[in-house]
Amino acid sequence: MALLEVKNLEVCYGVIRALKGINFEVNQGEIVSLIGANGAGKTTTMQSIMGLIPIKSGTVTYDGQVINKIPGHKLVSLGMSQVPEGRRVFQELTVYENLVLGAYAQKDKKRIKDDIDEICTRFPRLGERKKQVAGTLSGGEQQMLAMGRAMMSHPKLLMLDEPSMGLSPLLVDQVFEIIKDYHKSGVTILLVEQNAKKALSISDRAYVLETGSITMEGKATDLLNDESVKKAYLGE
Amino acid sequence: MSTIFDGLSLGAIYALIALGYTMVYGIAKMLNFAHGDIIMVGAYAILTTLAAGGHIGLALVVAVVTCVIFGIVIEKVAYKPLRGASPLAVLITAIGVSYFLQSIAQIIFGAKAQTVTVATFGTVSIGTAEISISSIITLIVGAVIMAGLTLFVKNTRTGRAMLAVSEDRGAAQLMGINVNRIIMITFAIGSALAACASIFYLMQIPSTEPTLGSMPGIKAFTAAVIGGIGSIPGAMIGGVLLGVIEKICLSIPVLAPYTTAVEFAMLILILLVRPIGLLGKKRREKV
Ligand SMILES: Nc1ncnc2c1ncn2[C@@H]1O[C@H](COP(=O)(O)OP(=O)(O)O)[C@@H](O)[C@H]1O
Ligand SMILES: [Mg+2]
Repeated sequence: MALLEVKNLEVCYGVIRALKGINFEVNQGEIVSLIGANGAGKTTTMQSIMGLIPIKSGTVTYDGQVINKIPGHKLVSLGMSQVPEGRRVFQELTVYENLVLGAYAQKDKKRIKDDIDEICTRFPRLGERKKQVAGTLSGGEQQMLAMGRAMMSHPKLLMLDEPSMGLSPLLVDQVFEIIKDYHKSGVTILLVEQNAKKALSISDRAYVLETGSITMEGKATDLLNDESVKKAYLGE
Repeated sequence: MSTIFDGLSLGAIYALIALGYTMVYGIAKMLNFAHGDIIMVGAYAILTTLAAGGHIGLALVVAVVTCVIFGIVIEKVAYKPLRGASPLAVLITAIGVSYFLQSIAQIIFGAKAQTVTVATFGTVSIGTAEISISSIITLIVGAVIMAGLTLFVKNTRTGRAMLAVSEDRGAAQLMGINVNRIIMITFAIGSALAACASIFYLMQIPSTEPTLGSMPGIKAFTAAVIGGIGSIPGAMIGGVLLGVIEKICLSIPVLAPYTTAVEFAMLILILLVRPIGLLGKKRREKV
């Protein structure tokens, strides 16, 4: 069953049509990645799903419910969570406060505390830096914080927008390990990446986005072996 | 000594008003130029309650409730539809709201200044100085309110949400924060603080007129900018600084006529040295 279904999604910035009616779906339990060059419309897709930018036409269905008329802040309690492009942790707040904000929909304080402990086990670096102001963390640590913060709401669908952006190869590997691991705990993943090789290597299926349109879709293994994908996105 | 004390209590009044400017600026990203007029609304609420035979405590409650309702309605009717509009459009609207409130007050209460006697306070002498009790009350209550606000923002769920919205509205929404609701709460808090300021103001100058809010509004705005607009402790420090300087200037005969000029000169000087204000934060440019 499709957990997330996007139909004929069209988004415009003024006269620019950033998304020209795209269709894709993410099934329960999958890792699906959306790959494409800079400016293809990946972030626009992610933000419009979460209600951060208005949709011109089309529908977004989550868990059988059309959500594009629901105010964005209510989507979190439905089980959707997003790690935005560029991390966007709250720089002036501490690691701990960032994590608490990730659990905004949760009012049970004991539960929040337990969840923070769990996140700190998953990301030991965050545990060591609970009292540190997020703006002073390194890029990698901020990415961990952004992921940990998004996990605080116990999502059923976790969406990540270029989590490997600007990280060293070692950290990139770590980030993908964490995603794989989190997926194993039963969470469905929608991953946006420019690092197509890495993304495809952990995904079940993938879509290729080119200037606002989906030009290719298929099993990740098939796309990894596709000549045109290799040429355009894998640098081979 | 008593000059410093009066300065501190005037400063507390400016700080309470400045907090409204700075919080709304930090969270809603707009300059609410009608904020000063909320003090006037509070003053007339107090006048009306006292004239109807109400107790001063009741007058304060009525002022707070009235100002909060005004703040919320103004935000909803005038500013919310402009979310995402150009800052200039919002600014012009705020100025329009300011004139609107003044005109309404003039229609209801007339243009003439009216006396409002909140209560009569004596003075106490500490050492050689005579300190007015109203100054002491203003200072203590003002400090308690500000401490409470600081704790609220840092330690409650809503307070943290306010900080989150002020830093990154989009990311805040991704946390499940209802940004519109947080903005509304911010206006409500700012207005409640302005209502408190209005009663303290009347304790110092027992008279109200439709343009009552203009001068303290501008002074408090100056204080917010001096402290670094968007910064809560900045507004407090800026307010107190301005209040003390004003009272000191007024106590020196040669300077007294130029008090306001001195205050704005200080604003310019501080902005020249530190354009973001004393405690202001540099806005990180978003990529
Ligand atoms: N806020 C915006 N205003 C105008 N155009 C935008 C805005 N954000 C993105 N775009 C344009 O929309 C297109 C898609 O951008 P984006 O979704 O960020 O791509 P990607 O995430 O794939 O790099 C680009 O052409 C970009 O210039
Ligand atoms: Mg992007």
